[in-house]
Amino acid sequence: MSLDLDALSISSANGTALFEPLTLHVPAGEVVTVMGPSGVGKSTLLDAIGGHLAHGFRLAGKVRLNGRDVTGLPAEARRIGLMFQDALLFPHLSVGDNLAFGLPPGLRGGAHRRAAVEEALSQAGLTGLYERDPATLSGGQRARAALMRTLLAEPAALLLDEPFSKLDAELREDMRRFTFDHVMSQAVPTLMVTHDPDDASAAGGPVVALKGLLAP
Amino acid sequence: MRQEGGLLRAGVLVVVGLGLIAPIAVGLWQTGRAAFGVLPALGQNMASLAPWYELAALPGFATSLRLTLVTGLGSTLLSLLLATGFCAAVHARMTLSAGARMLTPFLAIPHAAMAVGLAFVLAPSGWIARMVAPLAGWDRPPDIASVNDGWGMALMIGLMVKEVPFLLLVILSALSQIPVARHLAAGRALGYGTGIVWIKIIMPQVWPLIRLPVWVVLAYALSVVDMAIILGPSNPPTLAVAVTRWFSDPDPLMILPASAGALLQAVIVAFAVALLMVGERMVKGLGRWWIRRGGRGSSAEPGLWAASAVVMVLMAAGILAMLSLVVWSLAWRWSFPQILPESWSLKPWTGAKDGWMRALSNTLLLAGATVGLSLALAIAWLEGEDRARRTRAPWAEALIYLPLVIPQIGFLYGLNVGFLQIGLSGGIWAVIWAQALFVFPYVMIALSDSWRALDPRMIRAAAALGAGPGRRLWAVKLPVLIRPILTAAAIGVAVSVAQYLPTLFMGAGRIATLTTEAVTLSSGSDRRVTGVYATLQAGLPFAAYLAAFVIPAIVHRNRRALSGATS
Repeated sequence: MSLDLDALSISSANGTALFEPLTLHVPAGEVVTVMGPSGVGKSTLLDAIGGHLAHGFRLAGKVRLNGRDVTGLPAEARRIGLMFQDALLFPHLSVGDNLAFGLPPGLRGGAHRRAAVEEALSQAGLTGLYERDPATLSGGQRARAALMRTLLAEPAALLLDEPFSKLDAELREDMRRFTFDHVMSQAVPTLMVTHDPDDASAAGGPVVALKGLLAP
Repeated sequence: MRQEGGLLRAGVLVVVGLGLIAPIAVGLWQTGRAAFGVLPALGQNMASLAPWYELAALPGFATSLRLTLVTGLGSTLLSLLLATGFCAAVHARMTLSAGARMLTPFLAIPHAAMAVGLAFVLAPSGWIARMVAPLAGWDRPPDIASVNDGWGMALMIGLMVKEVPFLLLVILSALSQIPVARHLAAGRALGYGTGIVWIKIIMPQVWPLIRLPVWVVLAYALSVVDMAIILGPSNPPTLAVAVTRWFSDPDPLMILPASAGALLQAVIVAFAVALLMVGERMVKGLGRWWIRRGGRGSSAEPGLWAASAVVMVLMAAGILAMLSLVVWSLAWRWSFPQILPESWSLKPWTGAKDGWMRALSNTLLLAGATVGLSLALAIAWLEGEDRARRTRAPWAEALIYLPLVIPQIGFLYGLNVGFLQIGLSGGIWAVIWAQALFVFPYVMIALSDSWRALDPRMIRAAAALGAGPGRRLWAVKLPVLIRPILTAAAIGVAVSVAQYLPTLFMGAGRIATLTTEAVTLSSGSDRRVTGVYATLQAGLPFAAYLAAFVIPAIVHRNRRALSGATS
């Protein structure tokens, strides 16, 4: 598995490019970190890769997953997982149903699906919390549940958007290790944007600077 | 990347164009033709100004015009001043959600029901007179025209009882978008009194956010019919009521001057809105000069407290009015000057059962159909914006407000002509269509903010988990938004139940609803039966609001973020 960006560039509605064309190769199980000052378009870059770009933005270049061009596919067909600084668990579903939301439809049978979710819950230290209201979880529990939800969908690549910036210092360290361990063990190519150098060093992969073209 | 949701957006555009815009255009066109003498159905084919001369010569025309301008402009400006003063005085002590809860009954109750109740309270034999009677020594109702007075005072009070709470809610929600407390602190630290900070700092920020709702209030107050029939002067009445009467005159040729009057009504609203815009310019210029002088002013707080006191009196009158509906519907013997009935009975309810059951079922059918259609269209519109990942263009926003700013009387007659031509007139479908013109904008406005407030990243997360647009809508957005959706539906029910003119014009008088019956009965003598209809009319929107509160709490009882129980 690998995620490749070929001379990817984004221009806003008035035609100005946000940053210099970006070419990247993210191999399986590696975390590539993209750093840049705030406002340079880091989140917009992830939107473009994931297929969530707002109307008015123009995309040039290609996004390839395992060599296949996915640039024209809608988000739901790309199999690119997405993590934000907030867990964004669906508030109307139980913790377990949140995890089950992304299970591939190919996994059939209620018992099998339930077992897959329970397994993921126990990996995240959330055993027995299937029926819990996500609003009652602690910040760390929520973050781990969100990561398990993303991984259960068996993504072909993973995008992390400042994933640890809202956690307090102690929790941040734990969550980094938890996240990167899972990413490595599942061998998912992962792209992280952040402005925290500690995130980058914890990830251990290459660091790319995003050079903005717009005057700050 | 290809444009997603194109088909949905095209569908919504067609429905809005043919379903909402075309009827208004056709209605204005047909009314306009008749206003200039062209009415082929009556053999009138020559365009002329004759209907306008006829209109000007109709008895009472000048008085009607004056009454409309005074009551419409007066009630709107007073409501705006009072609501602003009240907000300035109590804002620090009232949050948006608490305010909304308190104001809901005033917003839910239809204008006609409030008018019936106020007539019960204000009439010479009403509650206020009964309370004063022991002091004044009255043993019979005093001989004063406190309702249907020639000045339109009762009508203005009625409009203000309904519009002040609406403007309060609008201002409160605008204030929630402004850092009021910090600006107040900054202003006072510079030596300005609280009242002056409100006028010089806060209101200039609030106005752009409430401008459109104020236009809607102004248009409504200038062209209201049901409330004006119940509370307003009767001979001559306000222009909108007079025009309604002329349209139903036994002489069909009266349609020509009536159409001219209907068009004039639209012109009056346009003129009033233009006046407001000019006024805004002038206040802006004067205000800037005034602010630059830097006067700290003596505190304007007496003004604020006076405004608050008047608002409280209006609200007390509104609460009394709502209570009086129920009391009258259960009263049997209730002679002057007793404060409460001497004997109670369910006979008003059982005696008129066939009548109100029929009106109730018609009302329910109309509310269900119009709210269902409006909600479906609103959700399709918002989902179309989501799928195209676009924000709303200003012209689209203006389209939503269009039916609320054009007076109903201005195009309903012409719309009926249009419906006749396609064989739709006089039936339930014509009424549903006409009502939906006014239900949809409110449903759409009510739902839009909450829909946009949904975190777009949550929807992206759902897409990243492989959920297509359909699953994102049905499995994430709609369940999460159940409370605002039901609230929008409740507002829609309140608007549908309150509709008078569309039901009257499009139903050709054959479709009786609680509102048409209550308005008709209000001029009669039996207050008890009127009380029954008005109680039901007020009860339906209350029930809808209650459902909008209870259903999400039950469905999401185990979900703290959605059940409404603030943690």
